[in-house]
Order: sequence, then C-alpha cells, then structure tokens
Amino acid sequence: MSGTITTLPTFAPAAGRLEQAPSALEEPRWVRWLLTAAALAFLALFLFMPLAAVFAEALRKGWNAYLSAIVEPDALSAIRLTLLTAAIAVPLNLVFGVCAAWFIAKFEFRGKSLLITLIDLPFSVSPVISGLIFVLLFGAHGWLGPWLQEHDIRILFAVPGIVLATVFVTFPFIARELIPLMQSQGTEEEEAAIVLGASGWQTFRHVTLPNIKWGLLYGVILCNARAMGEFGAVSVVSGHIRGETNTMPLQVEILYNEYNFAAAFAVASLLALLALATLALKSYIEWRDARAPAPQHRQESRP
Amino acid sequence: MQIALPFSFRDRHPGRVLPGFGLTGGFTLFYLCLIVLIPLSAIFLNTFTMSWEGFVKATTSERVMASYRLSFGAALIAAALNVVFGTLVAWVLERYEFTGKKLVDALVDLPFALPTAVAGIALTALYAPNGWIGSQLESLGLKVAFTPLGVVVAMTFIGLPFVVRTVQPVLQEADREFEEAAASLGANRLQVFLRVILPAILPALLTGFALAFARASGEYGSVIFIAGNMPMVSEITPLLIVTQLEQYDYAGATAIAMVMLLTAFIMLLAINLLQAWTRRRGLAEA
Repeated sequence: MSGTITTLPTFAPAAGRLEQAPSALEEPRWVRWLLTAAALAFLALFLFMPLAAVFAEALRKGWNAYLSAIVEPDALSAIRLTLLTAAIAVPLNLVFGVCAAWFIAKFEFRGKSLLITLIDLPFSVSPVISGLIFVLLFGAHGWLGPWLQEHDIRILFAVPGIVLATVFVTFPFIARELIPLMQSQGTEEEEAAIVLGASGWQTFRHVTLPNIKWGLLYGVILCNARAMGEFGAVSVVSGHIRGETNTMPLQVEILYNEYNFAAAFAVASLLALLALATLALKSYIEWRDARAPAPQHRQESRP
Repeated sequence: MQIALPFSFRDRHPGRVLPGFGLTGGFTLFYLCLIVLIPLSAIFLNTFTMSWEGFVKATTSERVMASYRLSFGAALIAAALNVVFGTLVAWVLERYEFTGKKLVDALVDLPFALPTAVAGIALTALYAPNGWIGSQLESLGLKVAFTPLGVVVAMTFIGLPFVVRTVQPVLQEADREFEEAAASLGANRLQVFLRVILPAILPALLTGFALAFARASGEYGSVIFIAGNMPMVSEITPLLIVTQLEQYDYAGATAIAMVMLLTAFIMLLAINLLQAWTRRRGLAEA
C-alpha cells in the first residue's frame, strides 16, 4: 500500500505547470495526493485486507494443514457438488441467454422492455427468498410436495433443489450481457447471410457467434462465479447433509461454525482464487473489447 | 402465457427475414415462466391464502420490526457510505494516475466475484476483537464485529462496486469543456465540482445508491457471520426468514418474504426510472 502512495507524484509534466499557475482545472498536488490516499485507504479496509485475510487465515497452520483440509473427503465432495451444479446451471442459462438475446435483439414486438425487466427479476430478489420459493413449491407442505413424496422423488434437501436454486439465481447473467451487445450489432449481417442462402443455424454459427463470442464468454464467467459461490439460496434448499448436499460455500459455513477456522478458510481460499481468476479473465476480455464501447459492459456486471 | 408458433407470425410479418422468432421466443418465455415466474408466484399465492390479520401479525411483530430497522437502516448507511467513497474511488480512478491503478480498478469488482460466505468470514476475521483491524478499533473502544456496526461493514463491502461502476463511465464521458468554461468564468475547483461535475454525475450517483441499497437490504451470506445475530439487536430480515423456515413456520416466513419482495420491486422500479433519467441526461449532453 505505502509503495503505491509514495510513487504518486509521477504526474504528467503538464500538470505540474498547471499547478504553478493556480487553476480551477486541476486540484493542487497535495489535494490529489490526499484524495488518492483516502480512496486507497478505504479500498484497503474494505477490499484488499479482507482478501488478504482469507489467504493468511488459510495458511495460518502451514501448508500441510491447508492441503489436508482441502483433500478431506467432505471437502472433496463439496467441491464435486459445486462443480456439478455449475456444470448444469451455466449451460442451461447459456442456451437461454442466447435464445433470449436473439429473440429480443433480432425482432420487434410489443412488451420487449417488460420482458427485459422480467429477465432481470432474479437479481432484485434476496438470495434467501430465491431459496424459499423452491421450498414453497417442493417442500413437504408445498404445492408439489405430496405428489413428489408419493413417487419418492427428492428435490428439496437434495441435488436437484440445489441446482434449481442456482439456475434461478444465475438466470439473468448471460442474457443481460448478450441483449445489449446483440442489439447494438443490428440484423444486417444476419439478413445478408439468409438472403445468400444460409440456414438459420449456419447464420448463427458463422455470422452471429463470432461477433458475440467475447460477450458470451464474459457472461459465462460471471454466471459461473455466481453459480459456484451462491450461498443464501442454496443454504435454504440444501438441508446441509454433510458429504451429500453441501456445496463449497456451505462447507465453509459448517467448518466455520464448528470453530475449525483454518479448514474453513482453506476451502474459502479456493473460492477466493476462483474469484480472482474470474476478475483476471474479465479484465482480459474488457481489454480485448476496448475497441467496442466499454461502459456498456461495466454496468452489466451487476449481480 | 401463450407460446407462439413460427408460421402464424410469419404471415403477419411478411417482411421478417431472420428465422427463429417462434423458436427463440417460445423457449425464452417457457424457460422464464418455468424458472422465474411460476416459482416467484408461489410467494404471492401462498400469501393470499393467509388471513389479513395473520399477515399483519406475522409482518409487524416486534422482532420482525427490529429486523426491518436493522436491514433497511444499515443498508441505508452502507449505501450512503458507498456514495461518498464510491465517488471518491471513481474520481481517483478516472482522473489521476498512480502505479497499480489497473490492478485496483480490476479489484473493485471483487465483491461481485467473491462468494458472499467467503466475504463474510473474511470480514469477521478482520473486524473481530482479535483481528487485524478489530484489535486496533478495540483499543479505541469501538466494537464492530457482532454488533449492528458489523452489519454496516459487510453491507458496505457488498455494495462497493455499484456506485463506482455507475459513476465511472459518466466521469469518463463528461465533457471537460464545461469545467474549463466554469474555470474561465472564475470558479474555483471546489465550485466547479459542486456546480458542474456533481450535477452531471447526480443521476448515476442516485442509481448507484439505489442499486447498493437494494443489494444490501436483501444480503444474507456476508452479513450473518459478522452480525452476531442477536434477536432484536443484530438480526437481519433474511436471517429471520431462514429461522422461521427452520421452525417450520412457512406462513410467517412467506409473509416476511412478501414484504421484502414488494420493497425489492419498488426499488427495481426506482432504479429503472433513474437509469432512464441517466440515459436521457447522457443523450441531451451528447
């Protein structure tokens, strides 16, 4: 941190000259320095230190304890379930996202803005409520509960419930990434392909897909990060059965509540690495995408 | 909701060249109903089976009211903190140069990417009386973890990117000519900021505030570890829903969920209006 601050006075020479003739266009150097320091101090307290704390706590008892906490059977089963959940939820929402974006971007119809608002709905629902709705549907006292019990199908407190809740929570990610992107691209290229005799699928595969692939990837990594990290919704529907219905975030909670801090932070550090990888990939895509209007993307990352 | 068949629509829109209207539209509506609308309607329909007295009793008991005060009050404070510091961060990232700026810019999105449970235990470890920050504050007589103050800290973390990411593009696109004009007319830097820059970023600022508030008021994972969860003191509303579910009080949980859902919808409406305002402002200036 202090390193960042001490290297501050590398302002452009022009700025230095402006400073001498007191100007209302640039703040004096000490103000700039103070504002930067205050911003970085705030970010340190609320961002950098929590991130560092995850790894520091995870490695507090050394590498061996760290590794053994990760290869412990319950942790491994949580990792497997998390991967499985994401492997189902992300492709489902990917197909939906592409369909919805094609529908909204390529055609004109009434009620379009309502449809876009409805697609965004899961973002404005508290995670706990996202879980509760599936309890109301599939729980013992729920609408489908008695029928499911009769046919011995388990959805709640089992893997299907976890997957469903995750699909709900991550529902808008890919769609809301693709809709503005495909809307800005218009329909001319696709129409040309169709007129030249390409089938619908060929048009999508060879014309649309190359144009949207980075936006698609962007949506997929954000969707994946949320699918693997979702806690509230999954916690309500999972039933917390060790080794069976615990995803990684739930495993973190259980270990933490058992005061097994080192193990909790060890599993948490894997999720933190996932988050860092997500941010790195996201920055890479934004950097590649810099030619296209970037501000659009920025707001899309709203979870 | 009716699912459209391709041919019936093609007749009505003979000019439509691209295929897939029926297929993509049908699937979009089907999947939206199946995953989002039908499950969400469960809350509404379950609430309607309750009597009005029962609903009022479940949503206004003393413990529930205390949880609203905490959830919405702390979310309000956290969102206000994020307005101040989020603007500061956005300003520094857009207008100044410093080493590591790109890295800092990328890390601002961390609260979006980091699972909430991880954020929760990390903040608790940090702000607990024996933590790096908590021990310092302890010597000043300030307790953060396991008090309502801890709730504010977690909510500030979770809402941090919203204000930064809504204000940043506006600052980026803002025309420096207005600032130059104000300066040449004799305004000092503070006056330029208050009279020229602040009005320009105000809609974005309000949008960011609303987004941060909406997110924080429903937040669960990052808050429950640091809150201490004492009924009447540091128990947030989402946790109360979970507690009632665990006691098989489905009606009570649904009623509280309904109140939260309605608040969320009002917030969503406000955010949409604010964003429309921001867009109009942007167009008018361009």
